[in-house]
Amino acid sequence: MTLRIPSALLARIWQHGQLAYPEEGAGLMLGRFDGEARVVTHLLPLENHFQPESRGRRYLIAPRDLLRAEDEAERLGVEIVGVFHSHPDHPARASEFDTQWALPVYSYLITQVQAALALESTCWRLTDDRARMDEEALEISDPAIAEEAS
Amino acid sequence: MTTVRIPTPLRPYTGGAKEVEVAGETVAAALGDLVQRHPDVKRHLFDDAGALRAYVNVFLNDDDVRALQGEATPLKPGDRLMIIPSIAGGAPIRWRRRATRIRALD
Repeated sequence: MTLRIPSALLARIWQHGQLAYPEEGAGLMLGRFDGEARVVTHLLPLENHFQPESRGRRYLIAPRDLLRAEDEAERLGVEIVGVFHSHPDHPARASEFDTQWALPVYSYLITQVQAALALESTCWRLTDDRARMDEEALEISDPAIAEEAS
Repeated sequence: MTTVRIPTPLRPYTGGAKEVEVAGETVAAALGDLVQRHPDVKRHLFDDAGALRAYVNVFLNDDDVRALQGEATPLKPGDRLMIIPSIAGGAPIRWRRRATRIRALD
């Protein structure tokens, strides 16, 4: 299980998380399925629709935004392959709440944003029995940026 | 028959189908028929108690069925149901509270 993402798109995800800080920032990753890997080619940063008082610890992508994203993906000839969101001042680890709400198939990219600075991203996928989320490999396509990110 | 639109992440559990034709005179009956035809999709739509999972939104034509009669909403031939998940998550809340207390002590 691998998520492949160009460094420029990962940088945009980090920027989105930093701009959303101290709230969680979220969006969708578009691209293609390549066997067990997901290859990201486009991003759709979206508004966090969770109740304002809880956005520091929760995100919600509205169903109508998802519907629009599916249309956009179809227009681009790609598919929604995953979801990204930030954990402000918290490690980039899938939480119990992340697991409860996770959908199968999608990759979930989580970024720790510490004091408004993105520090680390990890990637997770729900197991088929919904019991847990397993970490998957995150492959950044530009090695120079990969070094900077590590 | 009613057409049910299946969201992308659930299509592997409906044999790849984007839309499934189901029978049933209510939303509940239609969803019941859907999981009978495609049993693997059941655990992603319903929890262990048989209730629709919190992230599952069902739209009848353009309306969220919660604003109609919920799962008891009647269906007529030619209706279109859409299953559209809410996508949500977030960090553990307890950790934040502990961190706040530590900051308060500082």
